[in-house]
Amino acid sequence: MKSLAFVLSILGVMGLAFWAYSENYKTQHALNEVEKLQRRIGHLRETRSVLRAEWAYLNRPDRLRDLASLNFKSLRLVPLSPTQFGRVEQIAYPQPERDPLTALLEEPVHTAANTPDDEELLP
Amino acid sequence: MTRVPLRPLARILEARRKGENPDAIERENIRLRHEEMRDRARQRAEGRLLVLGLFFFCAFTVVGARMGLMAASVPEEPRSSASTSEITALRADIVDRNGKILATNLQTHSLYAQPPQMVDPVGAAAALAAIFPDLDKDKLEKQFTGDRKFIWIKKVLSPEQQQMVHDIGEPGLLFGPREMRLYPNGPLAAHILGGYGFGREGVYAAEVIGTAGVEKQFDDFLRDPANNGKPLELSLDVTIQAAMEEILAGGMKLMNAKGATGVLMDSLTGEIVAMASLPDFDPNDRPVPLTKGDPSDSPLFNRAVQGLYELGSTFKIFAAAQAMELGLLNANTLVDADAPMKWGKFTIREFRNHNYGPLLSVTDVIVKSSNVGTARIALQIGKTRQQEFLKSLGLFDPTPVELFEAPYAKPLVPEKWSEIHTITVSYGHGLSASPLHLAAAYATVTNGGTKVTPTLVKQPYRIPGKRVISAETSAAARHMLRAVVTRGTASFGEVEGYAVAGKTGTADKPKPTGGYYDDKVIATFASVFPAHDPKYVLIVSLDEPVETSGERPRRTAGWTAVPVAAEIIRRVAPLLGLRPEIEPEGANGVTKG
Repeated sequence: MKSLAFVLSILGVMGLAFWAYSENYKTQHALNEVEKLQRRIGHLRETRSVLRAEWAYLNRPDRLRDLASLNFKSLRLVPLSPTQFGRVEQIAYPQPERDPLTALLEEPVHTAANTPDDEELLP
Repeated sequence: MTRVPLRPLARILEARRKGENPDAIERENIRLRHEEMRDRARQRAEGRLLVLGLFFFCAFTVVGARMGLMAASVPEEPRSSASTSEITALRADIVDRNGKILATNLQTHSLYAQPPQMVDPVGAAAALAAIFPDLDKDKLEKQFTGDRKFIWIKKVLSPEQQQMVHDIGEPGLLFGPREMRLYPNGPLAAHILGGYGFGREGVYAAEVIGTAGVEKQFDDFLRDPANNGKPLELSLDVTIQAAMEEILAGGMKLMNAKGATGVLMDSLTGEIVAMASLPDFDPNDRPVPLTKGDPSDSPLFNRAVQGLYELGSTFKIFAAAQAMELGLLNANTLVDADAPMKWGKFTIREFRNHNYGPLLSVTDVIVKSSNVGTARIALQIGKTRQQEFLKSLGLFDPTPVELFEAPYAKPLVPEKWSEIHTITVSYGHGLSASPLHLAAAYATVTNGGTKVTPTLVKQPYRIPGKRVISAETSAAARHMLRAVVTRGTASFGEVEGYAVAGKTGTADKPKPTGGYYDDKVIATFASVFPAHDPKYVLIVSLDEPVETSGERPRRTAGWTAVPVAAEIIRRVAPLLGLRPEIEPEGANGVTKG
């Protein structure tokens, strides 16, 4: 009985040692991974800051103004003026959507009876 | 333990037999017993002390060993903790009120040389001089072939330049990482942003420090890693600033002016939405300050904040508002305006020796811009009360705006304030203040009467200032200013839908040698819009403008500064989200009380 407990505890210790060993390696691996990710995050942040700077540079008012005047023909952009304010009442209510079939039925149909030519022929 | 009896019968009997006192035996036995007890207690205490000593020895050994180990170990960054913060070593960005970038950082490289590592110093010098036209070939050659071990060549390189230097293939030319400040909008708001420079420089990094403007004022905030990269939010609006600078530049050209400045301020919160001073500069390539001559000739000079000018008739409304506040008169009271007015050895004249008198209502004094009328009002107020009022408007102290240059711009006030100063200051002569001072004072007088403190930082909410004048007086002042535009000297200032109210001011420029120029003026237009619901204050000031479309050159503000200001309002008001409104009839015409 005593020896059985002895053997079992030795096996237990060996098992735990093996578990600790593998856990240690897993931790090391995870730490390396984190380090790599952090380096990547750093690079991405740097890239983002460059892109933000470039975005701001490309959107500077001077350049937009020049572009607007260069492309005046196609865009017709002018500075905002007081006349461009509207009121809600000025906007028409959206028309209710019509069923295409009803629309087709309501369209005037040229028949022999009401063709303009017909009328002209009448005395 | 066996107890020894204290009175052993055998010894007692023997003692009795011998005629001795048997009590002595008992005492002797007690003594022996106590001795034994004492020895035992000491032994035990000694044992305990030893154990405790051992324990302390071990504990201190452990502490000492740990300290030694820690002192000897190589520092290591924590690897497992997730970095939630940005790279906090970076200087924070500066953004406008809508989050558009005004200043940010860019990673570049610096170039330095280590001559001992050079293979071909002469060739390298020639190649560098070919890449950078500003470098001198002979000087570089001398440096490379001399005794020096380390030479800085360029503080900041563009990626293209770096590639070209790299292509030389010289091992003695080395690059170090450098962070530089970038102002993507170029000269936009240059005077407010200021500029940057490098502080302590090393091969691997350099300190970026602000040299002027908000960059210098907020240097500590921008560099504080605890802010975690939080940007500095200014009250400026890039779009409006750009529109104002464009129109101001056009106006300056059209009016043949030497310089121009504009301040657009929220008249309730004191936030500066746009502030421009022309000529300007590019903060990415900040020019060197002038070492001699007039500093205002340099483009670095911020006319809106640093420029102290006699602002002329724009001051008249302060006298009128104060007199109404004190109950000395109301808008329709007639005052003596018979020109010219004699005061001691001085003669007060009107513009071009007009005479608007003999009597004018207070409103007409402002509308016609009568010097004599204002002088009479000021004399009624008296010099002590006048000074107190101007002080409460902030016209005696530097503006508290968050610019490094602001505290140095203290208004020039007459040292000894005599009666004649009371008269001249009432129409804006003898007291020099900056356009920003004027903007804050106008905001205070017209916004309903509470003190406005100019600021460049976005305010989350409005904190009403101290009351300076009553709301009724403020409305009456606005009504007078509105009349200046509808039927007075600023008729070009009318912008349909925005009910502009304002006052012109044309002041002769003082000669450096004393006296005043005849043909050089500062033309200022101080305006408020909309008059019935004041939201913004706009100050436009032109330096030495001449309008030459007429028969003879015109220099008054009504012909120069006012049209420019009107154009700015026309462009900027829609951008500010102000919808054009029909002015309510008599909304500010009726004054209560």
